[in-house]
Amino acid sequence: MEKSITWKIGGPAGFGIMVSGTILAKAFARAGLYLASTTEYPSLIRGGHNTYIIRASAEEIFSLIFSVDLLVALNQETIILHKDELSQGAGLIYDSEDPEIGKDLLPEANCHLFPVPLVKLATQDGGAKLMMNNVALGSSWAVMNLPFEILAGVVADVFNKKGEEIIKENLQAAKAGFEYIKKNFPHDFDYQLHEGQAPKRLVLSGNEAIGLGAIMAGLGFAALYPMTPINGLLQFLASKSEEAGFVFKQPEDEIAGINMAIGASYAGARSLVATSGGGFSLMTEAYSMAAMTETPLVVVMGIRPGPSSGLPTWTGQGDLKFVLGASPGDFTRIVLTPGDPQECFELTQVAFNLADRYQTPVILLVDKFLCESLGTIEKAKIATERIAIDRGKLLDLSAADYKRYQITEDGISPRILPGKIFFVTDSYEHDEMGLATEDASMIKKMVEKRGRKFSLLEKEVPEPQLFGDQDAEITLVGWGSTKGAAREAIGRLKTQHVGLKINYLHLNWINPFPKEAVTKILSKAKKIISCEGNATGQMAGFLREQTGVEIKKQILKYDGRAFFPEDIIEGVKKYA
Amino acid sequence: MLEATWCPGCGNFGIWQALKNAFVNLSLSAKDAVVVFDIGCNSNMFNWLKMTSFESLHGRTLPVASGIKIINPKLAVLAVAGDGGCYGEGGNHLLHAAKHNLDLTLLVHNNQVYALTTGQTSPTSARGFKSKSTPAGSFDLALNPLAVAIAAGASFVARGFAGDLPHLTDLMTQAVKHKGFAIVDILQPCVSFNNVNTFDWFRQRIYKMEQKPANKLAALEKALEFPQNGTDAKIPIGIFFQEEREVFQPETVEFKPEIERLSAEFL
Repeated sequence: MEKSITWKIGGPAGFGIMVSGTILAKAFARAGLYLASTTEYPSLIRGGHNTYIIRASAEEIFSLIFSVDLLVALNQETIILHKDELSQGAGLIYDSEDPEIGKDLLPEANCHLFPVPLVKLATQDGGAKLMMNNVALGSSWAVMNLPFEILAGVVADVFNKKGEEIIKENLQAAKAGFEYIKKNFPHDFDYQLHEGQAPKRLVLSGNEAIGLGAIMAGLGFAALYPMTPINGLLQFLASKSEEAGFVFKQPEDEIAGINMAIGASYAGARSLVATSGGGFSLMTEAYSMAAMTETPLVVVMGIRPGPSSGLPTWTGQGDLKFVLGASPGDFTRIVLTPGDPQECFELTQVAFNLADRYQTPVILLVDKFLCESLGTIEKAKIATERIAIDRGKLLDLSAADYKRYQITEDGISPRILPGKIFFVTDSYEHDEMGLATEDASMIKKMVEKRGRKFSLLEKEVPEPQLFGDQDAEITLVGWGSTKGAAREAIGRLKTQHVGLKINYLHLNWINPFPKEAVTKILSKAKKIISCEGNATGQMAGFLREQTGVEIKKQILKYDGRAFFPEDIIEGVKKYA
Repeated sequence: MLEATWCPGCGNFGIWQALKNAFVNLSLSAKDAVVVFDIGCNSNMFNWLKMTSFESLHGRTLPVASGIKIINPKLAVLAVAGDGGCYGEGGNHLLHAAKHNLDLTLLVHNNQVYALTTGQTSPTSARGFKSKSTPAGSFDLALNPLAVAIAAGASFVARGFAGDLPHLTDLMTQAVKHKGFAIVDILQPCVSFNNVNTFDWFRQRIYKMEQKPANKLAALEKALEFPQNGTDAKIPIGIFFQEEREVFQPETVEFKPEIERLSAEFL
């Protein structure tokens, strides 16, 4: 028997699938349970099949798993599409009065059926049919045997802004579902949860964690042109700009967005842009200008599968090489790759400090799965893990002979804001004054000046995170949201194979790269397997370039879906 | 600072002088303004105009200028670009800057040719213009930047001539003083790559408008007065359109990192 429960809801777009998932995730967190969750939806507004999946457990978990223990079907299609995912003894909640759901459709063996008149219960007190999702939430909560008050509290908070009447209607529907299960199916289900002891946590997406991190880092200006998967970040920042004291602007295109952000940063604001591969393609020219003009900037680059428009609402890790080589010119692209909301929160703050201290653009590379999936951050940690704002050599001086690009030992020239004294900022190669130059010796000096600051940065690259055994027979390597699935996989492999030594190397600083530390770890490993969400093993190629170690064993996934631990376990077994 | 590198007789010299005069008129010292330059002959001026400046990318002056103005409204922010950068590559930014109405001034050196890349057709080249990129003559109609700016919502629209310094200085001064998005399109002969639209050619056609057109429609009508398709119309210079309109300017930002409150919705 699993210690965790995986709950999944499916239905047509527009039936409140997303909000149901958010409510239940928060309710699990408030019940002291650990959770992992995600949503899947096609690139459509109306119609199409949407799902939300949450795994909850009293013990710490790191990712979703493939099989579903409690499925909520808001329509017939959900049963057809997902009944094969059900685990042994799983439960199925469906509308008992839906004429499209015939007996022949229902899974037979080892499945608990929970026929609930979802629509009828939603509408009996004058509620709308759309409230059937709340009936389903109440039913699910009762099946899992958790206290109704916790769910009710979340429903009340989520609908708080919409007024008493809306809260009341939603609560009524949830209560009706909860009571229907208690009355008709007492003690009828294997998968029950008890309240846990997990510390108080925020339930939020990678997008929202980045937004929160940016605000904590003193964000001054954000310009975001809409594109999946960063729309959640756009929406979060737009809604918080007044409250948190920064400027949010929706530009006419990505090119305008990044150029505005560079202007704003030059004028003194900590600035951020966010986009996906297509949008970043448009931004690359200005990204290079930020490097040449030595203007700080944070770029959030949310990967979705490509090429071209690809799969707008699905996930992948195919843009690693793109960001590492993006833009004309020879300069160091700083690339950070968080793997969960906690890291999104922390590394966003780190990114702003790096951008300011090294006066250069910094990329936060995230994948769609991380951007849009809900995870948690310990509430206590948002205060303790706040990183002090370091604006670097941003000076308030008024030297008459100020040179914007003064050649310094560490390669970093003091920066001041316009309005103080005269100075020139230049996208051409320039001399110390910022005036254009084609002089061979000056060109060399300037290239070397910029090079020195990146050499300095290399020295402060932190050690990579290694999960599992220090010395291992098998070392898995990955980056981004693969982290959760890989951590879960090594735990399960160790349970299945007692005595197996296995670890997972999580790379969250891609460039500059922790060369020595990684080389040391890889040279100790007997068997190295890289796990990547692309078809060409981009990280493996980059690792070879950085460390000389060639990784021939690769688990690659490129079907638009994130890694499940099962994918990794199966891959490891293949190479065993 | 460096010495000017423009060709002898280049129209840019006049624009440079007029701009310096305008800064004097406006009592703006080298640190009080930021001039955001484009890429092109015109914009190489950042090397010899002693004003705090940001040399940006081809076509991208307006978004960079917008970011600066939003964050520091105390600065006078000017964008200096060519017809290629502003009406070609940066055309979309012009439309949006005009409708957005930040308090910015855009000065366009319009020589109807790409000069720094040694003579190709530009968005304002006349139909039939022969250049390195259009040896058989350009097929396109010339873009009418004033009509475009008026239609897009610019709140100050003017045209000057690089060969009339007092008039151009006055236009620039008024443009910077105008609260809102101001564009001054400046006719600027290129002595090396445009042997059609010369100083003489302009002098024979240019006339100063005695008064501003009464409204937007009249301004548009006046803007359309330009030699096109073989016609030999006169060329009006002066202010075509000006209106008081609400200026976009977010309040001065104040960092308020109240994490407890900001994160409450995630509990």
